[in-house]
Amino acid sequence: MSSTSLTTGRAWRPTLARRHVPVLATLALLLVMYGIGVSQYRAFSGIQVVFNVFIDNGFLLVVAVGMTFVILTGGIDLSVGSVVAMTAMVSAALLQDGVPAALVLVVALLIGPVLGFLMGCAIHFFDIQPFIVTLAGMFFARGMCTFISDSSIPITDGFWTAVSQERIGDPRGNFVSVSVLIAFAVVLVAAYVLAYTRFGRTVYAIGGSSQSALLMGLPVGRTRIAVYTVSGLCSAIGGILLSFYTLSGAPLIAVGMELDVIAAVVIGGTVLTGGSGYVFGTVLGVLVLGVIQTLITFDGSLNSWWTRIVIGGLLFAFILLQRLIGIRFK
Amino acid sequence: MTGSPPVLTMTGISKTFPGVRALHDVDFRLFPGEVHALMGENGAGKSTLIKVLTGVYEIDAGTITLAGEQVAFTGPMRAAAAGVSTVYQEVNLCTNLSVAENIFIGREPRRLGAIRWGEMRRRARELLARLDLDLDVTAQLGTYSLAVQQMVAIARAIDVRARVLILDEPTSSLDAGEVAQLFRIMRQLRDQGIAILFVTHFLDQVYAVADRITVLRNGTLVGEYRTGELPQFSLVEKMLGKELDVLERLDEQQKRTVAVRSAAAPLVDAAELGRRGAVAPFSLRIHAGEVVGLAGLLGSGRTEVARLLFGADRADHGQVTLDGGRVSLRSPVQAIDRGVGFCSENRRAEGVIPELSVRENMILAMQAARGWLRPIPRRRQDELVERYVKALSIRPADPELPVRNLSGGNQQKVLLARWLITEPRLLILDEPTRGIDVGAKAEIQKLVLELSDGGMAVLFISAELEEVLRLSHRVAVMRDRTMVAQLDNDDALDADGVMRTIARGAGSGEAIR
Amino acid sequence: MNGVADRFRRLTGHRLFWPALVLVAMIAANAIHRPGFLSIEVKNGHLYGTPIDILRLSAPLILVALGMTLVIATGGIDLSVGSLCAISGAIACLYISEAPDQNSLASVFTALALAVGAALVLGAWNGVLVAVIGIQPIIATLILMVAGRGLAQLVTEGQIITVNSGPYRAIGLGHVLTLPLAIVIALAAALLVAAFTRRTALGLIVESVGGNAEASRLAGIRSSRTVFLVYVVSAACAALAGFMMTANVSSADGNAAGLWVELDAILAVVIGGTSLAGGRFSLGGTILGALLIQTLTTTVYAMNISPQTSLLFKAVVVIAVCLIQSPAFRATLTRRRRGGAPRPELRQREKEQVPA
Repeated sequence: MSSTSLTTGRAWRPTLARRHVPVLATLALLLVMYGIGVSQYRAFSGIQVVFNVFIDNGFLLVVAVGMTFVILTGGIDLSVGSVVAMTAMVSAALLQDGVPAALVLVVALLIGPVLGFLMGCAIHFFDIQPFIVTLAGMFFARGMCTFISDSSIPITDGFWTAVSQERIGDPRGNFVSVSVLIAFAVVLVAAYVLAYTRFGRTVYAIGGSSQSALLMGLPVGRTRIAVYTVSGLCSAIGGILLSFYTLSGAPLIAVGMELDVIAAVVIGGTVLTGGSGYVFGTVLGVLVLGVIQTLITFDGSLNSWWTRIVIGGLLFAFILLQRLIGIRFK
Repeated sequence: MTGSPPVLTMTGISKTFPGVRALHDVDFRLFPGEVHALMGENGAGKSTLIKVLTGVYEIDAGTITLAGEQVAFTGPMRAAAAGVSTVYQEVNLCTNLSVAENIFIGREPRRLGAIRWGEMRRRARELLARLDLDLDVTAQLGTYSLAVQQMVAIARAIDVRARVLILDEPTSSLDAGEVAQLFRIMRQLRDQGIAILFVTHFLDQVYAVADRITVLRNGTLVGEYRTGELPQFSLVEKMLGKELDVLERLDEQQKRTVAVRSAAAPLVDAAELGRRGAVAPFSLRIHAGEVVGLAGLLGSGRTEVARLLFGADRADHGQVTLDGGRVSLRSPVQAIDRGVGFCSENRRAEGVIPELSVRENMILAMQAARGWLRPIPRRRQDELVERYVKALSIRPADPELPVRNLSGGNQQKVLLARWLITEPRLLILDEPTRGIDVGAKAEIQKLVLELSDGGMAVLFISAELEEVLRLSHRVAVMRDRTMVAQLDNDDALDADGVMRTIARGAGSGEAIR
Repeated sequence: MNGVADRFRRLTGHRLFWPALVLVAMIAANAIHRPGFLSIEVKNGHLYGTPIDILRLSAPLILVALGMTLVIATGGIDLSVGSLCAISGAIACLYISEAPDQNSLASVFTALALAVGAALVLGAWNGVLVAVIGIQPIIATLILMVAGRGLAQLVTEGQIITVNSGPYRAIGLGHVLTLPLAIVIALAAALLVAAFTRRTALGLIVESVGGNAEASRLAGIRSSRTVFLVYVVSAACAALAGFMMTANVSSADGNAAGLWVELDAILAVVIGGTSLAGGRFSLGGTILGALLIQTLTTTVYAMNISPQTSLLFKAVVVIAVCLIQSPAFRATLTRRRRGGAPRPELRQREKEQVPA
């Protein structure tokens, strides 16, 4: 049978490994860093250190999950940091005015997706680069923050403080915050959506080739708009988590956060040109950032700016890695 | 096969675009269980016919009947749902997704909204088995060769209860072995009763797989033939047409003298030059003052020859000697340094810089050769531009106009001027007269004669045999990506002779070398 | 009559018409709101007044935007300029602060040379990533955008380095022939870049690479060299701007110096009529765009609105400019006006990639 000749037409056999190389590299990196931490500092081996990484970066994780959707389609969303801040600001301002907590949650959770939806529409219908549209969104959201208030607004609402102080843990004293659970829930939902729904698969298809996706009859426009809406929603959730964490809304909080988020997604193995990557990888990426911070905090001699330099170096390494193993789709 | 009624009938189809009559009163029918080749040169209306069939365009007049019912699809997706699926020349799948997904995305088996991966893989395996393909359906599509990707595209197409399968130039980037695989599958599908509409430029392939041929020319139907009853020569003749050209006959019947090709060393000597997947190794010599015509059907490898000689693509076989010295053509820069110029057939994508002015477009190649530190003085630019605007009668004669505002013919002249300004010794012209009006065409032809009289070597590529024969001293014939013959353009050679060579391949005519 | 209408249409069709109109309107609104707005006076032989302030404050942005114009004209983008401003400012201030005599011209010039040298190296890094390795510009320059801030803080060791150097301060606040030195420097840089691009063939080659990369290659242009060069030029411009920013406040803050300037610069370039897809560029337009942004900021300050809120106005401007430039939006408008022309087929949105 000539079908045997067809299988030889296959260019490169162990592809599964190749597709997973970036994620595996991130995992290895994470383990090595953790190993270094454990070997250097006794306190590092405690499970609470890991929990703390999640507690400190829960909001980052949620936002990064939203960004993963956008980057998988080959787009980018620069507005996330500002939307996070705006959501926290709006929540704080409304709570200060005595609006009930439930209503505040609803309003806060609506703003992000609406802004994301509008940006998605501008990108899709008017064919403007995502970079520019989300840049305008970033300006807008940041402007709204200071429009609401020039200075930080403390949150004293009972629900917020209760959630903020809630510790869920084992008898030995290890604990996580509510935010961590919410972040995990978001991760699980996102992973499910990307792997098991038509919407999720269309996201990958668009990242592979939007032209092909269109010709295969997939709803490219709708999906593209939805992706920015999802990112907006994740930023809104991230904003609420941040307000739980800091119990305030500050106009200049989360400045430059979009860079950390993009870096986490890329380090997590998602290809910036779209079409390849996993939410699980993004979790690893966020963990890498968190562990770098923790390591640098533990090491008294290294200063905080090393975080940025190391992140930049990792970004370079992973982009180069992506290029070298040739995950590039036409 | 002949007993059953046609599954698809198109009657009296007309389609006009602003300024162009793309299809005029075309009939077409397709029987279940046949492979039907749709043939015609560029602009004959093949792709327009496919597009009106699949609902990309609306028809101006005529009817389409599918299995007895009159239909008017509003788009390719609707057409596919009704059983008319298309597989395009470029594989329009997502290489980052798995094989199974590429077959099923958009209509995956689902339960409660969740994709059932196991079920999807199982069905993908079944479907591929039907095509006699044994693939790992979980592997990324991008890890398979183009041929396999093409077949996955076919699998996707036939899954939608396909009755009609349109294959639009599926073989243009496949090698011989891959084509054979594709044909095996086409025959299999045909035997399962699917009607296949097959568009290709390769004559051999038509005769290898098609049962019936419909020929279009200039948007009209030439005829429908059984493959066995239409010799290759007649097919070529019908595709190209035998219309006498409306142009003034330059050098009426007076053949260009072969004597120019003296004993002197050739200007260009390509030895066994080739590139995998583009053109088989060929050898070609061009002398100063000589015009070599490159004849052959569309897709026969004419452009590929030109691109290799110019260094636009890198050759992976053979070598080029320019003016006695070996050159490695890694990029156009080396070729240009040695005095080669190249006007691409694709004016828009590879020729003009649309937003730059006529002047800037004209001096670009010369400026590139000088480097950016030595700008051409403005006065010299104006002189050059004025001279060539006048010499080539470029209209409107405003050198500061963005070149995108010019007509196709004038854009072509601007490109010609770009190279003439560099005073090349070899000028490669790929379809310089396509899509431009008759007047401009005659002017360009006249220019080629003058240039060669002035000692320039020219490689002239055109789908119009009359034009090639009128201008060339020698004609190299391409067929299926191979240079099959080089004919002296003497009194004995006429369009029929060249056509016969195209149809028959090597060994005919007075093949030289 | 017709002639007038024609001329009017040609005027409104000019790509700088709308930005210029907005700038004039903004100045007019300011002048009405605050009668003293337009007045310029001479004090101690120096010019003072709000218009002069706007010019002076816009100088760093003009510098950055000049380099950005060239990068965008090749179809690229440079996100790292803000970080480069911070790094160069930090290096210069660090060297001066450690010099025995901060007022010595020699040490100031050495500091400047060192900082420019560092910026050139980093610009070359960007250029190599884009032109040689072939990474998308937005991604390639993102690396330095992230890491650069850290490098700047590394130089300053997380401190704000204050310098007390007359010559260095002069870069930001000094005067030359009644004009603030910053304006003179920006003007000189603009003229230099203009000469560099328009007196040589560089401008033509940049536009041709950005306009159609493949056609340029076939015309014999070595595009990777050009692309490499523009990133280096952009870095040099950013370094100059960094000096100005730090000299203005006589201190270098690795965190804050040049924050968001890349976004403002991109905005200025786009307002100035250079398309983000590359091709034709207009240095004059870029300067106009930079002035427009600075006037907007100054106006918002003057209206006692928090400076951050000016971002709201910027957002509006970005969207408006992009919509006007978007062919799809224009098509929608004309379609609506004419009433239902057929919808164009699938648009090819693939951006031309500059081959490595």
